[in-house]
Amino acid sequence: MATTVSEIDGSGKNVNKLGLKKSDYKGSPTTLCQGCGHNSISSQIMAALFELSIKPEKIVKLSGIGCSSKSPTYFLNRSHGFNSLHGRMPSIATGSALANRSIKLIGVSGDGDTASIGIGQFIHLVRRNVPMVYIVENNGVYGLTKGQFSATADKGQVLRKIGVNPFMPVDVCMEALIANCGFVARSFAGDPKQLKQLLKAALSFQGTAVLDIISPCVTFNNRGESTKSYAWGKAHEYPLHDVTWVPMRDEIEIEYQPGEVTEVDMHDGSTLLFKKLEQEYDPTDRMEALKMLEETCCGGVLVTGLIFISEEQPPLPEIEEMVDTPLVHLTEKELRPSRDSLEQVMEAYR
Amino acid sequence: MAESKASVREKTDTKKDKETIVNDFSMVVATVNGSGSQTSNLAIIRSLFRMGIPVSGKNLFPSNIQGLPTWFTIRVSSEGHTARRENNEILVAMNPTTFSEDLRDLGSEGVCFYDDRFKITEERPDVTFYPMPVRELVKEINPPTDLRDYIANMAYVGIVAEMLGIDMDEIRGALETHFMGKQSAVDLNMRTIQAASSSAEENLIKQDSYYLERSDQTHDLLLIDGNTASALGAIYGGVSFAAWYPITPASSLADALEQYLPQLRMDEETGKATYVVIQAEDELAAIGMAVGAGWAGARAMTSTSGPGISLMAEFAGLAFFAEIPIVVSDVQRMGPSTGLPTRTSQGDILFVRFLGHGDTNQVMLLPGSIAECFEFGWQAFDLAERLQTPIFVLSDLDLGMNLWMSEKFAYPSQSFDRGKILAAEDLDRIGKFSRYQDVDGDGITYRTLPGTDHPLAAYFTRGTGHDENAIYSEKPDDWEMNIERIWRKLETAREMLPRPVIQHTKDAHIGLIGYGSTDPAIQEALDRLNTKNISADYLRIRAVPFVHEIETFIREHDVVYVIEMNTDGQMYKLLQLEVPDQAEKLHSLTHNNGLPLSAHWVVEAVLDREGG
Repeated sequence: MATTVSEIDGSGKNVNKLGLKKSDYKGSPTTLCQGCGHNSISSQIMAALFELSIKPEKIVKLSGIGCSSKSPTYFLNRSHGFNSLHGRMPSIATGSALANRSIKLIGVSGDGDTASIGIGQFIHLVRRNVPMVYIVENNGVYGLTKGQFSATADKGQVLRKIGVNPFMPVDVCMEALIANCGFVARSFAGDPKQLKQLLKAALSFQGTAVLDIISPCVTFNNRGESTKSYAWGKAHEYPLHDVTWVPMRDEIEIEYQPGEVTEVDMHDGSTLLFKKLEQEYDPTDRMEALKMLEETCCGGVLVTGLIFISEEQPPLPEIEEMVDTPLVHLTEKELRPSRDSLEQVMEAYR
Repeated sequence: MAESKASVREKTDTKKDKETIVNDFSMVVATVNGSGSQTSNLAIIRSLFRMGIPVSGKNLFPSNIQGLPTWFTIRVSSEGHTARRENNEILVAMNPTTFSEDLRDLGSEGVCFYDDRFKITEERPDVTFYPMPVRELVKEINPPTDLRDYIANMAYVGIVAEMLGIDMDEIRGALETHFMGKQSAVDLNMRTIQAASSSAEENLIKQDSYYLERSDQTHDLLLIDGNTASALGAIYGGVSFAAWYPITPASSLADALEQYLPQLRMDEETGKATYVVIQAEDELAAIGMAVGAGWAGARAMTSTSGPGISLMAEFAGLAFFAEIPIVVSDVQRMGPSTGLPTRTSQGDILFVRFLGHGDTNQVMLLPGSIAECFEFGWQAFDLAERLQTPIFVLSDLDLGMNLWMSEKFAYPSQSFDRGKILAAEDLDRIGKFSRYQDVDGDGITYRTLPGTDHPLAAYFTRGTGHDENAIYSEKPDDWEMNIERIWRKLETAREMLPRPVIQHTKDAHIGLIGYGSTDPAIQEALDRLNTKNISADYLRIRAVPFVHEIETFIREHDVVYVIEMNTDGQMYKLLQLEVPDQAEKLHSLTHNNGLPLSAHWVVEAVLDREGG
C-alpha cells in the first residue's frame, strides 16, 4: 500500500475539523466479552466518524436485539440511539430516515438479527434503498442465549453443546445483492484498516450501504476450524483489492503505477480508489459480484473488500419526492391544511 | 324530472286501499360481487340523500373479488334512523343464485324488483312483483361487451327510480359526483337509466305502498364513510408519516390518505410532498416504521384491522414502554383468526387495551360517529405527543366502510399540541436533561428529537429496563420507579381523553352503556323502548382508560346494560374491573354474528331482561 490512513485524513491530530476530540465520539464502557469482535468494530466506527468530522449529534444509532445490537451503547454517547426489537431495526430505520432526512443512520445488527428473524425486513430495507449504513456483526452464533447456531453458521460446523449444523449458511452479501443493494461490502473485525476505509465509504453512500463484518465470538465460536474465528479469518482473508476512500476536495496524492488503481466517484463528491491485488476485480459489475460470491462461498477463503458499488438507484426520500426540509421540522402551518380546503373537500360529499 | 313523482302518484289510484308509506323503508339490492353494482347503488343512495331524505347504506360483501353474492342495503328513514333494519321491505333481485333465498327473506307485503329472466319459485302472494326487462334494455343500449354487466345494473336504477319516485336530476347529479365530471360516463349511464325508467313507465303499474318524497332533512349533512373521515382527520391533524399494509376493512383508510394528501399537503413552491405514505411489507414493519418516525418527531400513524393488530403487539409494547408517540387506527372486523374478513365486530377491545406482553396498558379512542372519526383522527396526534404513548383509535367495518350521514366536520378547534419536547435552546437554558425524569409530577417526561444540535440532547431509547437517564438498568428500584411513573402518566391521561356522551331520560331507572358504531341502533332502541314505557339513560364511552363520569353513571343506576358487538362482553369486563363493587349491577348484552347491531335486537334484549 502506497500510503497510510493518517496521511489522507489527518487522523493523527488531537482534534478534528469540528474541533471535537476523540473522546467526544466515545460511548459507555462495553459490557461485551473481552476480545469480542464487535468492540473492534465500535472502535472503527468512532475513528471513522472522528476523522470524517461528522458531528455526533447528526448521527442516529439503531439496532435490533442481540450482542451486536448492544454495541451502539458503546460508541457515540452524544448521538441519539434506539435499541429496538429483534429483527425489526430496518423498519425503525425506514421511519426515522424518512421523518428526518438530515440525520445519518448507522444500524448495527447481527447474523441472528438480520439473517434469521430479521431477513424479511432486511431485504425490504435494501429494496427501498433507505439511506443508512447497515452493519452486520456476523459471528455465526447466538451469544446472549448461550451459543446456538445462527443462519450464517457453516454447514457441517460442530459446536460442543449443539452438535452438527446440517444447513447451508445465508450469505448476507448475496442477499443484499439480490435485493439490488448499491453498496455491498464484507470485512473482518481483525482487519481494522480495511474496515475503517469501508465504513467511510459507506457513510458517503447515498442509499443503503451493507457491511457484512465477520466478527468473532470469542466465547462460543472462535475455535480455529470455524470460518467466523480470528485465527481462520487471519489465515484465510482474501482482500479483493486495497480500498481507500478519499474525501471530497482532497487531492488524490497517492502515487500508483498506471493501471494499478481504479477510481470510482461517489455521489457526494468523494472518491474510492481500488488498488489491484492478486486478481482483477470490478466492484461496479453486479454479475461479477454475484459470480464471485457464488464461487467463493465454500471455497475456503474469506473474501473481503467492496464487493459491489452503484449509486444508480435513488435513495428512498428522493423516490418519495419529499420536501427537502426534514418532515420533523415542518410546522403546523405546513402540516395542517386550511379551513377553506376542508370546506372544499366536504363539498364532494354533499 | 319533477313530474316523475306525480306520475307515480297517478298510478297508485288503482290500489288506493293500501296505506302509503313515505320515506320509510329498507331496500336490499342483491347482486354478484364484481359486477359493478356499487356504482348503481351509490347512484341510488346519493340521489336520495340529495333529495333531502335521510339514508344510510350498508354493503354486505363477501371476501372475494368476483362472482360471489353481495347485498347492498339502503335504509330510508323519515325519522333519521340509520341503524341496520332486520327486515327489508324492498328487494332488487339481480343475482339468480340467491333469488329464492332473497325472496324468502323479504318482509311481508314487500316489493320485489327482479330480472325478468329469473323464475319465481317461492310462494309469496303478499309480495308485489315488478319484472325488469334487463336483457332487452342492455340490448337496446348496446354497450361494449365488457360493460354489459355494469349496464345491466344501471337498468335497475331507472326502474326503481320510476316506481318509487327518485328524481332524475338528482341521479344525474349523483353520477356527476361519482364520475368526477367525466361526462361520457355520466351520459352512458343516464341513457340506460332513462331507457329503463321509460320502460317501467310504459309497462309497470304501481301496486305497492312505498313512496319517496323530497324532504329537507339532509341539508348541511355529508354522506360519507368512516375510513375517509378518519383519513381526513389525520390529514388535518398534520400526519406526516403513514405506513400500512393492505387489509380489509382498513385499506380504504390508507386509500383515502393517498387520495387526499397529494391534494392537500404539497409544498406550493416545490410541488414536493410534506408527508410520506409507505405500503410496508407487513404489519410488523408498518408499525415499526411508524414507531421510527414517531420517535424521530414526525406525526406518525398506521392503520390496520385485527390480524394486523396481532402482528403489531410486539411494537405496541415497545412504543408503550419506550414512550413513543404513534397513532394506530384499528378498523375492527370479526375474529378470532382470519374470522370473517368482511364482517363487522367490536372484538379487539380487550386485546388492544392490554396489547403487548408484561403489564402493558394502551390508550384507546372509540369514535361513535363519522364526525368523531374525523375529530379523533386529528386529536389522536395531540394525545399521542402529549402522552408519549401509542393512541389506538378503534372503529369497525360498519363505521369505517359503510355510508353514513354525518354533520359537517368541524375544523380542529385547537393548535397542535406537540407535548414536552426540548430543543437545543431549552437545553442551553436548563443545562441538563434526563429523558425519563418526572420533572412536572404528571408522569409525562421530556424528550428530545434525534438530530437536536446539543451535546446534552442525546439519549438511548430501549425496550429494556432503564433508569431516569435512559441507561440500561436491572436494579429493582429503577424498574419499579419507572413503571410507577408510567402508571402516573396513565392517570394523567384519563382527564385528557374524550368524555363520555351521556343522555338522560326522565324517570329512567336503567342505564345503557355502549360505544362505537352501535350508537345509531341504541338511539333508535331508546325511542322504541320509550314507547313501551321503559325509559333508560344512555352513556356512550369514547375512550379508555375510563374517566370518572363512567363510574358515576354506573353508581347512579340500579341496572346497567353494556351493549357491544363481541361475544365475550369485553367492555363489560373492563367496566367490572374498573368498579368491582358495582360489578353485580352490570349486565352484558352482546351481539356478534357479523351483522351490524339493530334497534330491534337491542329492544328485544332489554325487554327480555326487564320482563317487558
